[in-house]
Amino acid sequence: MVRRYLRLLGVQLKASGLQALQYRADFFTEGVTSLFWIFTALAPLFVVYGKRPEVEGWSFGEALLVVGWFTLLQGLLEGAINPSLTGVVEHIRKGTLDFVLLKPADAQFLVSTQRFLPWRAFNVLTGVALFAYAFWLLGRPPSLTGMLASVVLLGTSTLLLYSLWILTVSAAFFVVRVDNLTYLFTSIFDFARWPSSVFKGVARGSLTFLFTYIIPLALMTTFPAEAMLGRLPLLSLVGAVGGSLVFAWLARRVWRYSIGHYTSASS
Amino acid sequence: MSLRTVARALPTMLRVGFAEAVAYRAEMLVWVLSTTMPLVNMVLWMAVAKTAPVGNYGREDFVGYFLATFAVRQLTSAWAAWLINWEVKQGTLSMRLLRPISPLWAYASENVAGIPMRLVVAAPVVVTSVVLVGAKAIPQTALGWGLFLVALVGGWAITFMANIALGALSLFMDSSQKMMEVWMVLFFVCSGYMFPVELLPGGLRAVIDWLPFRYQMGLPVEMMTGAHDLPTALGLLARQWAWVVAMFVIAMGLWRHGVKRFAAFGG
Repeated sequence: MVRRYLRLLGVQLKASGLQALQYRADFFTEGVTSLFWIFTALAPLFVVYGKRPEVEGWSFGEALLVVGWFTLLQGLLEGAINPSLTGVVEHIRKGTLDFVLLKPADAQFLVSTQRFLPWRAFNVLTGVALFAYAFWLLGRPPSLTGMLASVVLLGTSTLLLYSLWILTVSAAFFVVRVDNLTYLFTSIFDFARWPSSVFKGVARGSLTFLFTYIIPLALMTTFPAEAMLGRLPLLSLVGAVGGSLVFAWLARRVWRYSIGHYTSASS
Repeated sequence: MSLRTVARALPTMLRVGFAEAVAYRAEMLVWVLSTTMPLVNMVLWMAVAKTAPVGNYGREDFVGYFLATFAVRQLTSAWAAWLINWEVKQGTLSMRLLRPISPLWAYASENVAGIPMRLVVAAPVVVTSVVLVGAKAIPQTALGWGLFLVALVGGWAITFMANIALGALSLFMDSSQKMMEVWMVLFFVCSGYMFPVELLPGGLRAVIDWLPFRYQMGLPVEMMTGAHDLPTALGLLARQWAWVVAMFVIAMGLWRHGVKRFAAFGG
């Protein structure tokens, strides 16, 4: 069963990879645009830290780690998650989801792996470069346990992003015009740019609550950055792993429920 | 095409545009909700200004500034560049060119006709700002309102003309999507969209004063929050309108030359 799905994943990846190889020049254009966009994440930080040495307990180098995680996850989102799920919305709108549902494999698996844009993942490299720069500024290497914890958190963050996406796409079964719902999702993800402690002072902490438990953006970028710095409490790590598993389970349930409401476009 | 034909057709085109804006109101709402960038940055700056003001800006001033940014963004946004790119790609631009009125009028009227609907969103935000920050969030005098309106119209005009210019570039290079991204990044960083330009170091500010971006967004916002005395305001408005004229010349030049090269794909 697992082997079959791994083989399927291989086939899907190969198809996307071959397609990407047709447009090799995109590697450079995507790279240049990625570096350019990074500027929008860094410019406010430069201005802020030009005025203050520290904001809510985060120095410039430390905040840079959060931006690094934001960029890395954006790369994953745009390279691996976004393209497939935009495809689902298209399938639902045109009614071609029928063909996916007819295939003898799990529909969620098929639609989630249908398309990857490897060149879009350039942001992942940019994120790693930011980590290196941040630790060079901080003048010390990350701790080994911290790195291990952050690798675990990379897994949970990806799972969380993916689950949130599934939840967004499930809405497409009920309201068909959601092509810009995906855009909305990306804009909300923008809140993950800063260390989550900046939300503390706003609206009596209700934003902190929102971005930790309801839309868990803090878990995605701030937690891994804290783990790299070696200051994430063990309890938070356990909470992040448990929370993301619950989120994934919930997303799966909602997907199953929504797909029950699918009515082919032409019938 | 004479000006009389345009004058006769314009009311109808505006009515059609308004009807479209009403019909796609849900879609517009999603677009509006996607304008999170001012809020993302507002939260950051509120945390920075928690203990002491930054430059002339205290916590409340940042709230006023960024809510004004949100409102101005709603009222001055233009999307003609995307539209032109798409229509050039699809070849549907030929349909527009056949009509006895320039497509530019159609793009402009569609954009302007959407403004009443956008005002419905922008007005409550301004009211919220007044409630949170007090009367200093809006101009105090009739003259102040007048200057704000001039700045707002100027900001829209620069944005719209830049859109036409960027869209017209697609007639030379198949797709100007990447150029649009570059413009967006420069706009984000240089316009006062992410932070008041006042907070930048002197040298950078001098450069930004000569670029069009801050006149698209920063100037109307500063007029709204009353950041300038009258002589400074008039000087900045003069620069803004100089950019309106310059952008007009650039956009018209590119469009005229571009349309001559246009060969409808599949048309």
